[in-house]
Amino acid sequence: MSNILEVSNLTKTYSSGSKSLTVLSDISFSIESGDKLSIVGSSGSGKTTLLGLCAGLDRATSGSVLLNGILLDGLNEDERAYVRNQHVGFVFQNFQLLPTLTALENIMVPMELRKEKGIKQRALELLDRVGLADRHDHYPTQLSGGEQQRISIARAFSNNPEILFADEPTGNLDEETSEKIESLLFELNRESGTTLVLVTHDLELAQKTDRIIRLKGGILQNIETVTNA
Amino acid sequence: MDKRINVPSKQVSWRWILQMAWRDTRKSKSRLLLFISSIIIGIAALVAINSFSDNLQHDINNQAKELLGADLELASNDSSFSYSGIEKLEYKVSYENSFASMVFFPKNQESRLVDVRSLEGDFPYYGKIETEPATAEASFRDGAPKALVDQSVMIQYNAQVGDSIRIGNVLFKIEGALISSPSQSMGATLVAPAVYIPMSYLKQTGLVKRGSRVYYRRFYQFIDPPKSFNIDDQIWEDSDTLRQQKISSETIRERKESTGETFNDLADFLNLVAFVALLLGCVGVASAVHIYIKEKIRLVAILRCLGASGRDAFFIYLTQISILGLIGSILGALAGTLIQTVLPEVFAEFLPVEVTIALSWTSILGGVLTGLFMAVLFALSSLISIRKASPLITLRGIEDQTKRKKDKAQWLIYASILVFVVGFAFIQIGSIADSLVFTVFIVLAFGFLALVAKSCMWIVKKFFPASWSYVWRQSLANLYRPNNQTLVLISSIGLGTALITTLYFIQTLLINEVEITTNEDRPNMMVFDIQNHQVETISSLTKEKGLPVLQSVPIVTMRLESVNGITHEQVLNDTSINLRSGIFRREWRVTYRDSLIDSEELVSGSLRPEIDQSLQEIVPLVSLEDDYVKRNKLKLGDTLVWNVQGIPVSTILGSTRDIDWNRVQTNFLALFPTGVLESAPQFHVLITRVRSIEEGALFQRDIVKAYPNVSVIDIGLILNTLDDILDKISFVIRFMALFSIITGLLVLISSVILSKFQRIKESVLLRTMGGSKRQILTINSLEYFFLGSLASLSGILLAMLGSWGLAYYSFNSTFVPNLLPVLAIYSIITGLTIIIGLINSRGIVSKPPLEVLRNEIQ
Repeated sequence: MSNILEVSNLTKTYSSGSKSLTVLSDISFSIESGDKLSIVGSSGSGKTTLLGLCAGLDRATSGSVLLNGILLDGLNEDERAYVRNQHVGFVFQNFQLLPTLTALENIMVPMELRKEKGIKQRALELLDRVGLADRHDHYPTQLSGGEQQRISIARAFSNNPEILFADEPTGNLDEETSEKIESLLFELNRESGTTLVLVTHDLELAQKTDRIIRLKGGILQNIETVTNA
Repeated sequence: MDKRINVPSKQVSWRWILQMAWRDTRKSKSRLLLFISSIIIGIAALVAINSFSDNLQHDINNQAKELLGADLELASNDSSFSYSGIEKLEYKVSYENSFASMVFFPKNQESRLVDVRSLEGDFPYYGKIETEPATAEASFRDGAPKALVDQSVMIQYNAQVGDSIRIGNVLFKIEGALISSPSQSMGATLVAPAVYIPMSYLKQTGLVKRGSRVYYRRFYQFIDPPKSFNIDDQIWEDSDTLRQQKISSETIRERKESTGETFNDLADFLNLVAFVALLLGCVGVASAVHIYIKEKIRLVAILRCLGASGRDAFFIYLTQISILGLIGSILGALAGTLIQTVLPEVFAEFLPVEVTIALSWTSILGGVLTGLFMAVLFALSSLISIRKASPLITLRGIEDQTKRKKDKAQWLIYASILVFVVGFAFIQIGSIADSLVFTVFIVLAFGFLALVAKSCMWIVKKFFPASWSYVWRQSLANLYRPNNQTLVLISSIGLGTALITTLYFIQTLLINEVEITTNEDRPNMMVFDIQNHQVETISSLTKEKGLPVLQSVPIVTMRLESVNGITHEQVLNDTSINLRSGIFRREWRVTYRDSLIDSEELVSGSLRPEIDQSLQEIVPLVSLEDDYVKRNKLKLGDTLVWNVQGIPVSTILGSTRDIDWNRVQTNFLALFPTGVLESAPQFHVLITRVRSIEEGALFQRDIVKAYPNVSVIDIGLILNTLDDILDKISFVIRFMALFSIITGLLVLISSVILSKFQRIKESVLLRTMGGSKRQILTINSLEYFFLGSLASLSGILLAMLGSWGLAYYSFNSTFVPNLLPVLAIYSIITGLTIIIGLINSRGIVSKPPLEVLRNEIQ
């Protein structure tokens, strides 16, 4: 199988005046298409920074990211946005639904950006798949946290991404809802054969992926292969 | 292996952008409408003024013939003037000889200076002399001694139709009140209102004698002129001849243009006032959009995560703001169209024709486009930040500030705003220099107010009163909270206050200036047209009445024939001659004496030759005003030949004087020595001071009764009239300035509502920690008090600076502000700010804390 993501010697340093802070240092790893990978570490270890760099949301100070064969480093912001729209899906800790759009419209946006046809039907199917068909015309503020995250997951899968990045997808949810969301996420991932990159504090959740990357102080500690995943 | 990617140049369709703009608007409708409310008033003011001007111009064009009442008017000071240019045509002609004289009302024994117009012929040929009753226009010409008397004079002297008036030696019956006539201009009628009499009685009045100042007008109506004939072309062809013969002319086209121009000057000025209101509104839009976009950045970041380009996101919000700007402009244009219906009332005193109210599509379209363009231009300064919004905000919640640099496009937008302001002012004023001055003033005014706001915020931060109680400290701290609108509120409310206050100051300054000239021992009554043989007896009569003869001055009228041998014709034909032709056209009113009076000061030369006394006998020395000499490039020693009613008198420019024209007394540009003009036809002016209105009326009555040819000007009456005119003008300007104040208040309302959620969060936190409703209300009230005070005081300070500048440079006067009205303006503006602020914040304290906290989590 080919690698969908290749990260080589990735370093991220923030400068403020004469001072600089390295939050990620010389990170290298790769992930094969269809794999599930989790990134774990304590707060401030650089997990979210790494996810942002891998997904093309930010630029590295040095090193390179090859996403689905595309080298992100030389791309400008609009080119990276295009790459995200064509190949990437996102699930965020605080859902990041567009508050002015209904549940259905939120799911439709990535497809609209791709100028696809028959998007409403597909969006309705996805809504049905996440169990919220009857809430299609509700705005995010009219939905519970768990419901918002389900919409967010439906949106993430709407453009059939090759790779899905999830940042603490259950971080804002109670235990019972978290379990449901986890199941939904993994089920949809399995059905669509999408690669999953998951950032989490939750080691139990991490154990459900194929491999776990451990970060500490911006340095890659180890990459563990999960046997029972 | 690295793959190349090709980003399509146009990723998404406009349809999608429109759809997203609409989707986003659905949830923010009320807030977005609030932004555009700021520009509605400005556009309304612009459209109202422009529509009104447009309709007025249209009516002037339609009623052009009625404005002049004839096809051609010729006028001269010479009764025997003739014009050959129309000799070949068939025409009707009417004659009007007019002069200033006293009219006496026997019923109440009072008299007043009027403009007596003796009329012969069927003038006006177009339109009519409007009278009350309407039949009086025709019946006063039936051959009997009848008069039409200006309506305002009839009211002032309680005269009725059927009463008598005496002009000179003739008693006329008042046939009707004169409401308007084609040849009447507003300015002239305010000082000397018109009284029409039949020409056949002119001689009997005994008022027209040799040397009398009579203006001879002729009104022509052409009967079937050849198609090839155009009176304007003919007048243009004969302009040199007419000028040489000192005949003035006016055609329908000229009257139309001059009538339009007079009002257009006022309309252009008011348009600029309206534009300032629009600018204020746009500053409000810019500030509201700034906060709105700050809140939307997270949303933009999500869109960018999902693959929207910076351009796509930018166009979503640009489309949204443009559509709202368009709606605001259309609403403004609608309001403006409605407001124009009240403008005929506001401008009632200044209208030359009856104005019909009609839709002016050019004004509406112009207003809508101006509003749309301005709103977008001002919003752009915040909108462009969307292009650079980082998708990383979705993960981090905040933007990485270290990367932010000032966008170059920002400077382009600021430059565009300046260019637009200059361009708009240029369209109104028509002079690029004046437009630049206007723009500089606007920038300086905004700059000054912004500086005051920034300084106050800096002072509060730097010298924070830590020992004050919590509520005071919190209310002060609110002035510089994140997303505060202190700057924009001080600018908008401050500028509105500055406009109103400046208007007030200048009006007071002008009235004070005039009043100073009339108080205490200053002259307040002027008797003129006194003949040589009447001087002694009128002086005696004045003294008998216990009144002082403050001045008794002979006046001789003359024209300048040549300067150093150069005549008017030579100046007209040879452009290389460095002399202005205006000095030859002027009818000079000259006096003679050998000393200066207290309003004069010698600048150069001397009144009499110092060395050769005998030279004075041969060539007299004249003295001219110093400024006039400089303006017309004359110099001491120049030979000036005067035409004193047919007789040439040669003089030498011997001295120049400074003259204080602000005194109510006779002042003269040219002063002759004694011994030259004594035998020339002349009249005298006597100046005195009466102590009361009754004494003045009695004096006027007795003088006019004994000497019907003599006229009296009551300065007090003129001052009242001037006061009236100032009141009318300032009412119009205040009416327009009101738009700025309302805009300022709308910006305040919108800013309060925009910051409402932030205030709710703050108040909930305070209440959670045990703060009482009263404390929270006090904090809010104090914050609005500080804002209102800062805004109004900055505006008043700006007005004081502006008024001082105007007083010093334009009116040559000293500016002393009257503090009581200033205090009233401060209290009203600050009070309004507090009231509006509190009304719009009333929901803040009543929100249950839990509801707010729940919303916050979601």
